[in-house]
Amino acid sequence: MTATISTTSVTPTRRRRRSARLSPLLVAFVLVPFAVESVWVFWPALQGFWFSVTRWDGMTPPTFVGTDNYVELAGDATFRGALINTVIWLVLFGGLSVLGGFGMALVLQKERRFVGFYRAALFTPVVFSLVVTALVWRVFYQPDGIADTLLRAVGLEHLIRPWLADPQTALYAVILPALWRQIGYVMVLFLAGLKAIDPALHEAARMDGANAWQRLRHVTIPQLKGVNAVVLSVIVIDSLRSFDIVWSLTKGGPYHSSELLSTYMYSTAFQSLRLGYASAIAVVIFVLALAVILGYLVRAFREEA
Amino acid sequence: MNKLRTGAFHTGMILLSLLWLGPVLWVVVMSTRSFDDIAAHGVGSLPRSFTLDTYRQAWTDGGELRALINSMLVTVPSVALSLGLAAMAAFALSRFRIPGRRTILLLMLAGNLLPPQILLIPVAKFSELTGLYDTLWALIAVQVGFGLGFYTFVLHGFMRDLPGEIQEAATIDGAGTAQIFTRVMLPLTRPALAALGALSFTWIFNDLLWAITVLRTDDNMPVTPALLALQGQFVSSWNVIAAGTVIAAVPTVAVFLRFQRHFVSGLALGAVK
Repeated sequence: MTATISTTSVTPTRRRRRSARLSPLLVAFVLVPFAVESVWVFWPALQGFWFSVTRWDGMTPPTFVGTDNYVELAGDATFRGALINTVIWLVLFGGLSVLGGFGMALVLQKERRFVGFYRAALFTPVVFSLVVTALVWRVFYQPDGIADTLLRAVGLEHLIRPWLADPQTALYAVILPALWRQIGYVMVLFLAGLKAIDPALHEAARMDGANAWQRLRHVTIPQLKGVNAVVLSVIVIDSLRSFDIVWSLTKGGPYHSSELLSTYMYSTAFQSLRLGYASAIAVVIFVLALAVILGYLVRAFREEA
Repeated sequence: MNKLRTGAFHTGMILLSLLWLGPVLWVVVMSTRSFDDIAAHGVGSLPRSFTLDTYRQAWTDGGELRALINSMLVTVPSVALSLGLAAMAAFALSRFRIPGRRTILLLMLAGNLLPPQILLIPVAKFSELTGLYDTLWALIAVQVGFGLGFYTFVLHGFMRDLPGEIQEAATIDGAGTAQIFTRVMLPLTRPALAALGALSFTWIFNDLLWAITVLRTDDNMPVTPALLALQGQFVSSWNVIAAGTVIAAVPTVAVFLRFQRHFVSGLALGAVK
């Protein structure tokens, strides 16, 4: 956001020579962190691609099998289910948390009495781990837990079911806690964005006779372009990474009904010990994330330029 | 009319806040109920008993103490190391004309954006190879390596916007690169470091995936995976599980309350950059 202002002030200093040559210290400053990341991120990532074309049980050395793993993936019903669930997750978890977070940010953007408390309330779950979140909601879903008690109180006991153990509801029962935690996070991002909008723009629009809806549509949303891009990238990346909440509530079950690509990859790798096949699933997750990562980087690149 | 709208706003928001805080409060209350009470009346009923023995059970029998120590042993060094390394890289990349600096920066950021799934198997195998598997060192190393890119990117943006004159004045006064870094740049970067520190503390403390990837022994598990194990150990003792949940949540809540402003501005920092 500040990039446009700072470039003008930075350019003159750039012309001055800062240092004639690079000191060994500076080289170390860059190389040491880069080496750490290379060892624990870049190199493993490259290995991940290699493992995806091998058959490997983790004990004997991996053997090259070409595209066998990917061919098997294409016919794997569990994989297809996990892929569909991941898309549902992306749409419901991603879409609703953006809508909810944006809505809450709009409602709570004006400073007024108790607004600080409301914001804090919505934000509270963000500091919990997803495992803590999962246990909180497990209490909610327990037989005779809060959900059932509430349904009984309003006379809807025929709807009661084992929420997490019913393949019909398991996935949605897991999305709900994830949403509960994510909305406050997205709200904070949008609140920061809304704060950065020049109030004069709204004032001018109001003078021109724009109503609240028009101001939202033509002033607020266009002004939030930068934040929108970040939120969208964060949401897509978060959705594809989602693992903790599913793992702590259902481990992908029952009968893979709440399986996501991330949980399927983990259980294939560390429970079935099919490391090559799991790597192929990981590559699929990577490919799905790639477009978002590239978009994010292009944006970052433009800002750095 | 206006009063009506204000009333509707507050009523709606109070209900919503209750929806957010209610489940949390429910768990806190449940952690003080006795086993018999929950067995007789279910987890959905109001409390009819009070005990704090649940916390003792979770703390000692459930191994939460050991797990909390593990968590701190991992989180504190990881936060310090990753922010230290990231600050070094950000300083060099933002204040000096290092060839290829933009590519390096974006490559590091890209590493952080990778889905961790692609790294899990190689990281597990690499830590076995180096003998770090099932030690807290492996978890620290991977947390530092994976977090670095994002921290570097955010700190770079912050340091780049600091005025160049300060650095030049220090150079004229005869300060070397190391001194400029420790005496001039780091103090000026404190707001960003505090924000990232609070954020990374909760991220690393709350992590589950990396812990269960590079650790195996129960005694080595940090508090997040230990909480899952606790659930297996005390299957129907919901009060003990609730107490364990509260214990696992307290440190991050404390950090959040202490660094509230930094925390929120840290999230915003990531968003606006």
